[in-house]
Amino acid sequence: MKRLATAAGALLAILTARAEVLTEVPRAADGHPDLSGVWQTLNTAHWNLEPHVSAYPVVIELGAQFAVPPGHGVVEGGAIPYLPDALAERQRRFENRLTDDPEGKCYLGGVPRSTYMPYPLQIFQNPRDVVIVYQFATGFRRIFVDGKEEAPLDAWMGWSNGRWDGDTFVVTVTGLNGLTWLDRAGNYASGNARITERYSLLGPNHLQYEATIDDPTVFSRPWTIRMPLYRIVDEDYRMLEFKCEPYAEEKIYGHLRKPGTEAPAGGQSR
Amino acid sequence: MNRQAVTIAGLAAIAAAAAANAQAPKHPRTAWGDPDISGAYAEFTTAPLERDPKYGDKEFFTPEEHEEFAKQRLTLQFADDDTEPGTQADVHYSMGQFALSENEGVTSLNLRTSIVTQPKNGRIPALTPAAVARRDAIAAARKGREFDGPETRSLTERCIVWTSTLAPILPRGYNSNLQIFQSPGYVIIQGEMGDPRMIPTDGRKLPDKLLPQWNGTSVGRWEGDTFVIETAGFHPETAWRNSSEKLRVTERIKRVDDDTLEYAFTVADPDTWAEPWGGVYPLTALDGLLYEYACTEGNYGMANILSGARTAEREAAKQ
Repeated sequence: MKRLATAAGALLAILTARAEVLTEVPRAADGHPDLSGVWQTLNTAHWNLEPHVSAYPVVIELGAQFAVPPGHGVVEGGAIPYLPDALAERQRRFENRLTDDPEGKCYLGGVPRSTYMPYPLQIFQNPRDVVIVYQFATGFRRIFVDGKEEAPLDAWMGWSNGRWDGDTFVVTVTGLNGLTWLDRAGNYASGNARITERYSLLGPNHLQYEATIDDPTVFSRPWTIRMPLYRIVDEDYRMLEFKCEPYAEEKIYGHLRKPGTEAPAGGQSR
Repeated sequence: MNRQAVTIAGLAAIAAAAAANAQAPKHPRTAWGDPDISGAYAEFTTAPLERDPKYGDKEFFTPEEHEEFAKQRLTLQFADDDTEPGTQADVHYSMGQFALSENEGVTSLNLRTSIVTQPKNGRIPALTPAAVARRDAIAAARKGREFDGPETRSLTERCIVWTSTLAPILPRGYNSNLQIFQSPGYVIIQGEMGDPRMIPTDGRKLPDKLLPQWNGTSVGRWEGDTFVIETAGFHPETAWRNSSEKLRVTERIKRVDDDTLEYAFTVADPDTWAEPWGGVYPLTALDGLLYEYACTEGNYGMANILSGARTAEREAAKQ
């Protein structure tokens, strides 16, 4: 038995050493992992953080190409631990998602939702600041490295302080305004939420993203989502603008349009 | 050190640099060796965009002339109107009232008689006949439809582009502040209002074919201590100052002292102006941070403009 344990230990040591070789990651001049680059998720978390089978589109006429694709979910343990009233609120939001989801209005996605919307994001890194620009609604975050700046006011993208914990970049987000959603299924947190994000490179082209959501007014305990981000490796790739404002105007202001005038036709590009 | 002292020091530094035009001062560098132009800056300056024709080719005020000019511009032009409470005249959008006027923030003193320095008379060249025709056609198509729906309003009212961020960067009525971040291979210019411009400095060139972007597409390079940005590929509707999608903008940013950057620009568009033109003004360091603007999320202005128009139409129909 003891011999077996020793052998297992030796094997583990070999595997660990091998893993270290495999997890060689790009590093900045200061020795920290270099997170910079254009990244995007490849999952259905933007539809629903929880495990879900496929579903009809929110407007039935949109047909199969706008149906909800299935997904294994990204929540540790599967279900989000809502308090009873909050679960009812989630259901209410789900039912009103066509009109109420801030994504449809081109509103800033907030944290963590912006990370796993189906659009690229770009990370810029220097020893003092990490900046993240999200393609959707041109979301922008400045993360103060080793910062202890208190959130001076609430904001759609919150207020972010980061620090390096070994090779993991840990970001604490407060000052969220509670107006953002977590996905298209009505999942949400309130403005009391404190989000702890953890960014760790798994290799040159994979970035593990983890976010723990702590909000005692909505959930019975803190809970965690986890998913990889994939580097966009296309040569000289640049994030294009996605100014989504024009596409939300009829939804937001259509009732104020001059009677008899027409909204821009569907499919017209801007 | 108070702000005025800072800006006066900045002026002195500009003058000294211009006089000597040598002896490059030791400016800070980033950890990876690029000149460090990062920070938060105000775009406000006392110099108007165009020169009053009465000054001719005179590029700089004397300090005495400038004092009088700045007093006029800051005290009179942007002061609160003295209106009687409860009257219609009193109900207006006062920049001063909401701490948004130019003189509420940091305003760099600037002995220049205009931001525009090319051509020598400090005046923006006339539009070519083709540009006039283009402008008039757009205006004619919009005439009578100005308040029909959100799509007929200006790009700024619709939270799409802002001149305080768009190349070339020019101060506008309020919130004309920006911050600059640097990382290896990139410079990011983020306006208080408007989109971050992510400018690669890795040596890539502007492709010949660019997809139209509201803010254009930029590439940057370091020429000594000066950051040079080339931008092209604008969306035809961006139409900065009636320009066409052939607009090409060159910007040059360099540090003058701890509190001042010099921002210079040249714009060229053969379909709009017979010759390129440009200008220069200082960006002055802000003692503080910029906060999220979230334009669309709080765009009550658009709803109020349209509902006001509908109300006016209903009232007119009653007559």
